[in-house]
Amino acid sequence: MSIWEFANPRNFMRISGRMLPWFAALAVLTLATGLIWGFFFTPDDYKQGATVKILFIHVPAAMMAINAWIMMLVTSLIWVIRRHHVSALAARAAAPAGLTFTLIALVTGALWGQPMWNTWWEWDPRLTSFLILCLFYLGYIALWSAIEDPEAAADLTGILCIVGSVFAVLSRYAVKFWNQGLHQDSTILKVGEEDPLDVAYYVPLVISIVGFVFFFIVIVLLRTRMLIRARRLIALEARERVG
Amino acid sequence: MIALLLRDLTLAFRAGGGFGLGLAFFLLVAVLVPLGVGPESGILAIIAPGILWVGALLASLLSLDRIFALDHEDGSLDLLATAPLPLEGVVAIKALAHWLVTGLALTLVAPLLAVLLNLPAAGYPWLLLSLAVGTPALSVIGAFGATLTIGLRRGGLLLSLLVLPLYVPTLVFGAEVARRGAAGMALATPLALLAAITAGSLALLPFAAAAAIRVNLR
Repeated sequence: MSIWEFANPRNFMRISGRMLPWFAALAVLTLATGLIWGFFFTPDDYKQGATVKILFIHVPAAMMAINAWIMMLVTSLIWVIRRHHVSALAARAAAPAGLTFTLIALVTGALWGQPMWNTWWEWDPRLTSFLILCLFYLGYIALWSAIEDPEAAADLTGILCIVGSVFAVLSRYAVKFWNQGLHQDSTILKVGEEDPLDVAYYVPLVISIVGFVFFFIVIVLLRTRMLIRARRLIALEARERVG
Repeated sequence: MIALLLRDLTLAFRAGGGFGLGLAFFLLVAVLVPLGVGPESGILAIIAPGILWVGALLASLLSLDRIFALDHEDGSLDLLATAPLPLEGVVAIKALAHWLVTGLALTLVAPLLAVLLNLPAAGYPWLLLSLAVGTPALSVIGAFGATLTIGLRRGGLLLSLLVLPLYVPTLVFGAEVARRGAAGMALATPLALLAAITAGSLALLPFAAAAAIRVNLR
């Protein structure tokens, strides 16, 4: 069976409907394990105290904020190239989730930055890039809701997503150039090196990242199904009016 | 192509074309900022390059929705689409006309406004150069943004929401060139990156914009 079978809305609805409860259960299980373990069964950091536990929400949310945009880019490309409607709707479904993850990352970052850096906000490259990413999400969602014709909306937002991705990457390096940062580098992939993330934090962090991934999949599937049903309703109403 | 360029320029200079509006807006920004920040010349000298760049950016944003919306309303965009000239060329010409009317004009008056903002003498050539290199990118990116909102009745506000994030890299590097120029620092790197953004968007964005126009005319 080819992957393009999913592009048929009927197949997509059938298979995603069957998979959704499993993904939801996995999401609940991993999120609960990761967060409870992270919040209650890890030691306090010797410098940061209990605030270090913001890590278990902040890092997965930030990763998913970027991953959601990448997923939107891929689905937009699939729509523009192969014109599968499910793909365009999946991109639309992912956008509000991505925006929410971006906001979660920004807010938890501010709450974490207050005790650690003694400031809620700093024009640090990472923080600034996330703010810009937030603006990209807003523009994308606004364009979807502004255009009435569904096919034109899918096309135009697809083009915006592709061009926007290029400019988002450019902005990332532009703000890096513009200001050196306060934010520490990522330590997740530094296991073999000096100054790694402690194993006590590493395991629950990875579990909660997996939890956020499943959570994102569940939301995207739910919202895509909702959008497909909304599209069907419009088609039904149009048929009623003609008939 | 030349006929289209002349037509767009004539329309812009005629009454209601918005040629003077952008410049007047730029002047207003340069007057309002000292009123808001305070008349201390030391502070103004520090923020002058950034203010002038942000002002130029907002002034070129003002007239973006005119690039395609009016042509779409009176149907001339459909004629242009069926003309022998490829749509990519139409976009490039319209962006060029927009740049001549806003970007170039803004670049030329920027030194005058820099006097108001007390820019250090070393900064003038670099301010001029950074605006001359960077504003074409603003026009092309803006023209692309305008094509996305052609079909909308009140697309103006949405257009700025779409275009402003795309302006970020241009603004960062442009203002950096002007700032470093004013402070007498080395500026080859941001200048090269600014030129790269302009060249890249000039080369690629007309294709994206033409695709968006085709969607809108379907």
